[in-house]
Amino acid sequence: MTQTTPVSGPHTHAPGSVAWNMGWVTLALLPATAFGVYLFGWPALNLLLITILAAVLFEALSLRIAGRPVSPFLMDGSAIVTGLLLALTLPPWAPWWIGVLGAAFAIIVGKHVFGGLGQNLFNPAMLARVALLVSFPLEMTTWITPSPLFSAGAPGFLEGLAITFGLTAVPDAVTGATVLGETQTGFSRDLGLSETLPGVYAPLQQALGFVPSSLGEGSALLLLAGGLLLMARRIITWDIPVAMLGTLVILSTVFMLIDPERYAGPGLHLFSGAAMLVAFFIVTDPVTSPSTVGGRLLFGAGCGLLIYVIRTWGGYPEGAAFAVILMNALTPLIDHYLRPRTYGRTRRGKPLPMKSPEATAPAQEKRP
Amino acid sequence: MFFFMRKRPAFKGGVHPDDRKQATSGLPIEPLPLPARLYLPVQQHIGAAARPVVTAGDTVLKGQMIARGDGAVSAAVHAPTSGRILAVEPHPAPHPSGLPVETIVIEPDGEDRRQEEPDPEHALNLEPEIIAQRVAEAGVVGMGGATFPAAIKLNLGSRHHIDTLIINGSECEPYLTCDDRLMRERTDEVVDGIRIIRHALGARRALVVVEDNKPEALAALQARLYEMDTIEAMAVPTRYPMGSEKHMIKAVTGREIPAGKLGADIGVIVHNVGTAYAVHRAVRMRRPLISRIVTVGGGAVQRPANLEVLLGTRVEDLLAHCGGTRQPPARLLMGGPMMGQVMPHAQVPIIKGSNGIIALTAEEINIGETMPCIRCGRCVAACPCGLMPLEMAARIRKEDMDGAVDYGLMDCVACGSCSYVCPSHIPLVQFFHHAKGVLGARREQQRRQEEIKRLAQQRRERQEAEARAKAEAAERRKAEREAAKRKADEAKAARAAKAAAAKETPKTPAADEAKA
Repeated sequence: MTQTTPVSGPHTHAPGSVAWNMGWVTLALLPATAFGVYLFGWPALNLLLITILAAVLFEALSLRIAGRPVSPFLMDGSAIVTGLLLALTLPPWAPWWIGVLGAAFAIIVGKHVFGGLGQNLFNPAMLARVALLVSFPLEMTTWITPSPLFSAGAPGFLEGLAITFGLTAVPDAVTGATVLGETQTGFSRDLGLSETLPGVYAPLQQALGFVPSSLGEGSALLLLAGGLLLMARRIITWDIPVAMLGTLVILSTVFMLIDPERYAGPGLHLFSGAAMLVAFFIVTDPVTSPSTVGGRLLFGAGCGLLIYVIRTWGGYPEGAAFAVILMNALTPLIDHYLRPRTYGRTRRGKPLPMKSPEATAPAQEKRP
Repeated sequence: MFFFMRKRPAFKGGVHPDDRKQATSGLPIEPLPLPARLYLPVQQHIGAAARPVVTAGDTVLKGQMIARGDGAVSAAVHAPTSGRILAVEPHPAPHPSGLPVETIVIEPDGEDRRQEEPDPEHALNLEPEIIAQRVAEAGVVGMGGATFPAAIKLNLGSRHHIDTLIINGSECEPYLTCDDRLMRERTDEVVDGIRIIRHALGARRALVVVEDNKPEALAALQARLYEMDTIEAMAVPTRYPMGSEKHMIKAVTGREIPAGKLGADIGVIVHNVGTAYAVHRAVRMRRPLISRIVTVGGGAVQRPANLEVLLGTRVEDLLAHCGGTRQPPARLLMGGPMMGQVMPHAQVPIIKGSNGIIALTAEEINIGETMPCIRCGRCVAACPCGLMPLEMAARIRKEDMDGAVDYGLMDCVACGSCSYVCPSHIPLVQFFHHAKGVLGARREQQRRQEEIKRLAQQRRERQEAEARAKAEAAERRKAEREAAKRKADEAKAARAAKAAAAKETPKTPAADEAKA
């Protein structure tokens, strides 16, 4: 009447699955995504859909080539999340082939070459973004001043298609620079922050996202809300975001106090350049982050440190993707050395010393 | 209040499964009617199987010993009711394999005649050895499911300094309510059993530990304990696996058992509330262990219940009493859903360690499709032993058992917290059981090889000794032969000299012979 093959416990399971987690991540990203689409109009929506669709198609193709069952792995939603995250880090009016190439790179090179779900060393979306940034610097740094849907001057549906498919050039009048880009340009012209920031940086506007930015990184507050939702649902843990953002805040505060002309404050660092997107949705990727709390704190702090260093002293105004990739490479090392302490053993794996001598037995007896 | 109670008692890790105890926690214990047959395996405990002392055709009285404990670690089995022994034969055991074990089959006569039993007596005057002896005679084992013979743990007071006795009333497995009901309905008996155990161990204090999802049981216990009593009932947070000995000790005393040691080594002994009740029955009432309380539950059962069941009653009798099953259960378990075992069918008997019969529906099990590990680390956070289940499983998958041992496989208590939380539904515990099995087989093989090597070595040494002895003997013989030859030569030379001296004498046959 019942099954006869011995199965070991537990015979019950917590609710949730990989697909469930991916679904929540997608849901938590929706507000910021919707805001990005609203802010940058039809071309942004086209790019978003193209990138996600391409990611799903490349996933199916890779699974087929690898001879794995296609439907369960497609249904887990990981390809959708990868495509979505990649699209959110692209310039909103980027041409269609940027999205397709990025998705191909993320899914094939970033994921399936390593062995598919759970095997990849690097975050696929970040790997693809870095590859695109290095290969196509012009397309990847053409930022758009916000032109909300249906507002005067915003491209209509057909114009949007024309922009996405490269039939019309992006008019110069609508391009702008991100605040981090502006400050770096300013430094190269020996301008201090007090000269570059006015006009390009208003804290509230920056936090709300009404600024030139990539498709989905603009609204720091909506991303923060999504991240808090994931934490509340226990899809992600608190440790990496707290360590990363904390490190970023501490470093920027310290250097700002040293030289406010040269070093921007914590507000600008937190609310610009995808810091929130990375902290809650990229570095929390379970596959490419360490699996112990200690390891994750170290990993998050490393990401924060590298982001700050690249932004402040590096050649790129925007360092998040490079920082994440570098720390991803360290994850196996962190996991190897930072293991939790086992019950009844010291950190080095030796049995704990017997503490109270009066509690020890006069004669040792082993239970058989 | 003890100093360690300032902090909220806790251990690292663990999970919080839905306890699903509501179905039976409000139901009083009801006796199960006498079944038509009782099947009593001689192996209901950890250790050596008991030896049957009855044969087919014998009549037995209630409480009569029918199998005697064999050796130091074993437990006797008693007749749960009066009747006739039908057979002593192999019968499927309550184990996932369903393999048969030696079983004594009793046909009850319905009269329930008991042996002459002595009157209750004051147990707290007794010597610890006498208490342990009575508990051993009554066949009492750990009633929480571990089934380690209780008498051995009662004797530890003489060898170890035990300062704390912990009575485990946590009942951290979902569905099970048998200990809850026992604490509520038979509080005095449980408390008396605790006093007896504490006395036997010479422990300074005793703590009854109850998870905070059983406030009624806690209140019932606290109402029975005196203000100045050395027994204290304490609530702990509901968190699986609170009932694990290691983790309960850590949670309530803050002490950690060093790897490879026992609770007794750090002055703590843990007994289950059911064991305390059985000790009360055995020592105070002189009654052997012949019944236990079993929770029948799970979504597939028509009418969940807490039953007092004679040992040897078949699972199908319990299910029939509970109105049968609503639907064929997806899994029929003995014990709770976290660490319980799948029963091959319902024709297996209830034994001393059976705390629950849980018939689960597929929805309750929530079997998901196994996906690749996404390294989320939830198993690491859930592991109460501080291990990294994902790393262990990854190594076992590659048959790298030594790598898994390096990651702490042998410190795993198989509580199942990791499998429970895994979003990829990877059967981690199954991996660990598999690896432990392989390692056990490997150790056995190694032991055999060493034995063979030892025997071969002995044989070689023996042969060498023989050869040496032979060579020496040969040497000796040769020496003797040579000595004899020398003697003969000398004799010949002497004779030759003699012959030369008598050259002129004519040839004699004797001289011819000497020449030859």
